[in-house]
Amino acid sequence: MGQIEFQPREYFESRGRYGLLPFRFMQFSDTQRLLVNEVGEHLFLTNEHFNELVSFRLDRHSDVYLDLKGKHFLFDSDSTVPFELLALKYRTKKAHLSGFTRLHIFVVSLRCEHSCHYCQVSRVSTDRAVYDMSPETASKALDLVFRSPAESIKIEFQGGEPLLNFNRIKQIVQEAERRAQESGKRVDFVVTTNLALITEDILEFLRDHGVVVSTSLDGPEFIHNPNRPRPGNNSYQLTIDGLNKCRASLGFERVSAIMTTTKLSLQHPREIVDEYVRHGFESIFLRNLSPYGFAVKTQSRIGYSMDEFLEFYRVTLDYILELNRKGINLVETYAQILLTRILTPFSTGYVDLQSPSGAGIGAAVYNYDGDIYASDESRMLAEMGDEQFRLGNVHSNTYEQIFGGNLIRSIVRSSCVESLPGCADCAFQSYCGADPVFHYASQKDMIGHQPTSEFHKKNFFIINYLLNLYHSDETIRKIFWAWVHNVPASEFLREVA
Amino acid sequence: MKLYGIGCAIGLKQPIIGRVITEEAPTDLRPYSVLVWKQPNPPSDTSGYLALLSSNVVPCWPSRSPLIHSAKSLDYLSDGDVISVSPNGFVRTLYRKNSTSNFLLTTDQCNSFCLMCSQPPRQVNDFDRLSEHFRLIDLIDTETRELGITGGEPTLFKEDFLRLIRHCKDRLPNTALHVLTNGRLFYYREFARKLGEIEHPDIMLGIPLYSDVDSEHDYVVQARGAFEETVLGIQNLGRYGVPVEIRVVIHKQTYRRLPMLAEFIARNFPFAAHVALMGLEMFGFVHRNFEAVWIDPHDYQNELVQATQTLFLSGLNTSIYNHQLCVLDRRLWPFARKSISDWKNIYLDDCERCDVRDECGGFFQSAAKKHSDHISPIMK
Repeated sequence: MGQIEFQPREYFESRGRYGLLPFRFMQFSDTQRLLVNEVGEHLFLTNEHFNELVSFRLDRHSDVYLDLKGKHFLFDSDSTVPFELLALKYRTKKAHLSGFTRLHIFVVSLRCEHSCHYCQVSRVSTDRAVYDMSPETASKALDLVFRSPAESIKIEFQGGEPLLNFNRIKQIVQEAERRAQESGKRVDFVVTTNLALITEDILEFLRDHGVVVSTSLDGPEFIHNPNRPRPGNNSYQLTIDGLNKCRASLGFERVSAIMTTTKLSLQHPREIVDEYVRHGFESIFLRNLSPYGFAVKTQSRIGYSMDEFLEFYRVTLDYILELNRKGINLVETYAQILLTRILTPFSTGYVDLQSPSGAGIGAAVYNYDGDIYASDESRMLAEMGDEQFRLGNVHSNTYEQIFGGNLIRSIVRSSCVESLPGCADCAFQSYCGADPVFHYASQKDMIGHQPTSEFHKKNFFIINYLLNLYHSDETIRKIFWAWVHNVPASEFLREVA
Repeated sequence: MKLYGIGCAIGLKQPIIGRVITEEAPTDLRPYSVLVWKQPNPPSDTSGYLALLSSNVVPCWPSRSPLIHSAKSLDYLSDGDVISVSPNGFVRTLYRKNSTSNFLLTTDQCNSFCLMCSQPPRQVNDFDRLSEHFRLIDLIDTETRELGITGGEPTLFKEDFLRLIRHCKDRLPNTALHVLTNGRLFYYREFARKLGEIEHPDIMLGIPLYSDVDSEHDYVVQARGAFEETVLGIQNLGRYGVPVEIRVVIHKQTYRRLPMLAEFIARNFPFAAHVALMGLEMFGFVHRNFEAVWIDPHDYQNELVQATQTLFLSGLNTSIYNHQLCVLDRRLWPFARKSISDWKNIYLDDCERCDVRDECGGFFQSAAKKHSDHISPIMK
């Protein structure tokens, strides 16, 4: 062993100048810059180090230099590692694009016995002929669904109240199962319902076909009922009864709920969250009103500013975290989606916040009358008389015209945050997405003007808040990771005390 | 643990590899078997065996089967063990049926030259040992739970390495394979693809990674470009569905960036089946480079806690090897495993008074001389 020579560290160091790899940055606090690379990895630098970095004066032996190199913010040799890894991670982040349209929403009826103030699309009517989807339309729509290259397809039933046209749901489920078997694809079903009309027969069918249920719960009775009026003013009771029936019949995990925030909700964050916990839910999705449909007309009654919503979001999230600390497991779904983007290399299939936008290429809506829209919001816009995002009709257009036409192309073109003004250089870009439908509806322009956009305001605030929380508190860090993995936070807090 | 013995060989012209039996075997098994005979008198029928092995002194041997006699204590050999015997009477145990840590030492050669290598490589051409490895695989018990494949660097056999893995799959379909490799040759995508194509039902490649930064890793393994090859090699293995375990030996040159390495692993190898954070084994080059690599594990607990939490929170299956509980931060106890092979494992005198000795992985034998200054029995 005497003649063995070990080389010193310097022998392995590269001597070349360093170069920068793509990243975006912002002033995060008075003393700190936040840097986020092309695949969403982030780190903080002091202002001094940042200035040294960009003026190529960074000491190559410093920890900061090595940190930046390890996370692919800079490179200093002809090694292909940073490029190969960035490319792999970029593909992983954008993996949701590979299947094209995966979510297919069927509006089987526009009719509803509820008349919710914020509802964008429903009719209190008994005229089946006008507002229900016909068997022919359903069949034609399925032809298109199964033209999608996606290997795994999700069909969601919406309304109105879809259970009012349950025969159509049955037909679509059975036909889709048969076609899935023939084509070797996987198909999942979800029905979005207020549960008022649920019966044993319906439950039996949902159970037999593995259909999961998504319902609306806006909070305790004193919030839910005023938000969701119906004859008898008993929406809350019907929802809770229906929830219990579904859980008993389909399984506890097979039912989820979403909440819509109204002016009334703003005053009661704790009561709303407590209501979800009381009913054993392990997640809550804090959703703001969309500026579509009836919501605009009733803006003064139920509406609020984005600032008011974000204050509500912040307070509610804080309360949810407080509960998690105490061992009560509850996930806020929007935070969960964003945290997955911030903390992991993985793609998230959430169609409402993608780049390019999921409108059309991630999800499509088949309306009761056979019209196809790029998103749920698109058909709401159409209900207000603006058919800008109508991709075609199942009876008169081909798959190529609908999913390869000029409209869908222009939606994609207008919704790549990588190139949108205001988004292109935003530090949060890789966590965010575009919403051309929202911007068209609110600013009459698919691209939108970010400085005055409510969409921007919302996402910027929430991402910023989540990053602050993550880096400020050890316990919150663990809770957030538990959310990302969808495991009970109490387990994580116990495991890594 | 005894793994070697020596006796006087009679009639042995070339080295043999055979399976130990202690009772007379049916004729069809004899060509694979070495009969270890413990009775005073030789068996009546000695024909057909690869060899016979006895501790008796046998001055006169009329049989045509080779004999190794006068071997000191043969108690360490059990039925089903596989041994090699050289014409000079040297008996080496290659496989122990009753052990859970058997490994096949494929070659002494390596293309890296790690500062702290516990089994320093040698520049020899020992590729002719391949047939020995095939023979061993033919002889070991098909119910063996796990077999390690190690070196040196086993992938240096290139195509023959793939043949070896395929042979394990065919001959030992119920045996988990744990391959210790630096992964550098999987930089060549074809090589990784071919390994994936074998579809071994239970294989894991344990690959060391020492830093998130190329120059640091290259320095530790003393090979320029090794980081690039290993990192892209791991990616290629992931691409072709070969399970990978990432192994980090913690020492003076690697502990500082451990938290950043953990983040690097979580971001770039989220598919890793396991991450092992390992204490230094006081063996081989460690002595030579003692000043450069030794650090008391007590002094890197902060980095280790941070790295372990990062890996755990990222969802990676994480273990800490070769650390004593009394030195580990309590937060790390759930991750500590009793990882040291039975034949290398010891405890110190102090440990006798310790209440968590049974849960503790103890020491490498080699640590008797040098270990943390913070070893002290834990009293409940």
